Amino acid sequence: MNAGTIATIPKGRPTVRDPKFFRWSAILVTAAFLLLFLLMPLFTVFYEALSQGLLTCARAFQDPAGLAAIKLTLLVAAISVPCNLVFGVAAAWAVAKFSFPGKSILVSLIDLPFAVSPVIAGLIYVLIFGARGWLGPVLETYNIKIIFAVPGIVLATIFVTFPFVARELIPLMQAQGTEEEEAALSLGANGWQTFWRVTLPNVRWGLLYGIILCNARAMGEFGAVSVVSGHIRGLTNTIPLHVEILYNEYDFVAAFAIASLLALLALATLLIKSLVEWRMRVQEERSSQSSVAFV
Amino acid sequence: MDIASLILAGKRRILPGFGLTLGFTLLYLSLVVLIPLSATFAKASGMGWPAFAKAVTAPRVLASFQLSFLTALYAAAINAVMGVIVAWSLVRYRFPGGRVLDAIVDLPFALPTAVAGIALTALYSVNGWLGHPIFAATGIKVAYTQLGILVALIFVGLPFVVRTVQPVLEDLDLEYEEASASLGASRWQTIRRVVWPELMPPALTGFALAFARAVGEYGSVVFIAGNMPMKTEIVPLLIVTKLEQYDYRGATAIAVVMLILSFLLLLLINLLQRWSTFSRAR
Repeated sequence: MNAGTIATIPKGRPTVRDPKFFRWSAILVTAAFLLLFLLMPLFTVFYEALSQGLLTCARAFQDPAGLAAIKLTLLVAAISVPCNLVFGVAAAWAVAKFSFPGKSILVSLIDLPFAVSPVIAGLIYVLIFGARGWLGPVLETYNIKIIFAVPGIVLATIFVTFPFVARELIPLMQAQGTEEEEAALSLGANGWQTFWRVTLPNVRWGLLYGIILCNARAMGEFGAVSVVSGHIRGLTNTIPLHVEILYNEYDFVAAFAIASLLALLALATLLIKSLVEWRMRVQEERSSQSSVAFV
Repeated sequence: MDIASLILAGKRRILPGFGLTLGFTLLYLSLVVLIPLSATFAKASGMGWPAFAKAVTAPRVLASFQLSFLTALYAAAINAVMGVIVAWSLVRYRFPGGRVLDAIVDLPFALPTAVAGIALTALYSVNGWLGHPIFAATGIKVAYTQLGILVALIFVGLPFVVRTVQPVLEDLDLEYEEASASLGASRWQTIRRVVWPELMPPALTGFALAFARAVGEYGSVVFIAGNMPMKTEIVPLLIVTKLEQYDYRGATAIAVVMLILSFLLLLLINLLQRWSTFSRAR
């Protein structure tokens, strides 16, 4: 297509413009659907939390069981997110920088936990570490508790958040290729220097994105944790489990007050995600500009 | 798979760390995912075929399978249609609030399922903002019925179709549509013959992803479902119930059926994605 044809199409490209009726009904349907299914539930959480005033809402956070749940959730996220971060970086390095047989199978297996019901994620650890599980008798002789205790909660959380960092990094590092790393090595950098100074700065926004998604899921996981937790108040309840208990006790204000904490976390996650996407676009534009200048 | 043979199989590698990273990846993957998952199959095979068949064909189990699968199918179908419309509006039209709506589409990924569950229940119960007018106008209850489960499953599956269709639509060059229009096609013919063939593979991928997620969903459903055996009891809840009754074998048998379905879905999704990238590369 030569430049002349483009110039003859007036601004706004009317030949590909949809009829006004079609356009506005699509926008209306979109807005109504998202309002009904996303914005209203989100608003409900904050509305119900504050329905009896700010003081009643604040009282929910003075409950020692609630504070214990918050502490446990932070602990679980602080262990499981770094574990999956190290795994994600290692897996992305192996998959994106090298070719080897069985690679596509490996990538599919990394995604596997996403396809498994969270309840089954809890069940598999009960079958292994539970009192009647494979290792149950051994653990009992050494008086180690995994199921209905914190280690089980950590394991179940690691399982459900397993793919997040890896699946963000793999496509990103694949797109970036190996040329920059090879250049660094040929200039005398060692492997670690190459990783810290060349690879990591290139993927830092994608990495951050993976970490915040992983963290949001780790702090909010319900099904898998519910199966292995045992629901011991003040000991093995995470924030989502504590919300469930309060809700089932008809303490709706407290349930929604604690839930609004998780809703705020979700909003912060979405905000960071938007910022990261914007940064990645800027970085992409800059690198495409610089490569044009280079050529 | 043996790491040493993997290394020997390929050509000489320039970058360091292949053995270390692949070794760690395989070890971690095996310890966290593969060995625990295979424990389920080992447990199920230990119970023998007749006991397994009896456990998964009990009327209560069959009823929950039917409920879970059908409701997940309906939810995924609704999400497929609505997801294409949402993706189309967000990519093609500029309207006030469009950027905010685009950002909020990912909410179901970020909002914990239990929070979504109690919020939807409050909203759709007979006294709720949406449940009350629906009940007053039609006499239909949403919360604590199959309809409530459908609402929760639409919520959790909502981003999948939008986020698979959106990038394809963004990459779609307007020139093809202009060419189609200049050759005399009406706008409707262009959308049907030029745009839709490009959007169908990602829409199907998103549909399969939403379905896979919906079948296994637990947290958002248990609050709104009412959890009546034979009526509103989903499969994941039945697994939890059996575990609480220390019926490990029954729970494992149901889990194995679910897992096999998940693996088949994952395979289908991979094939769909390959088809999608193939038809785009063409």
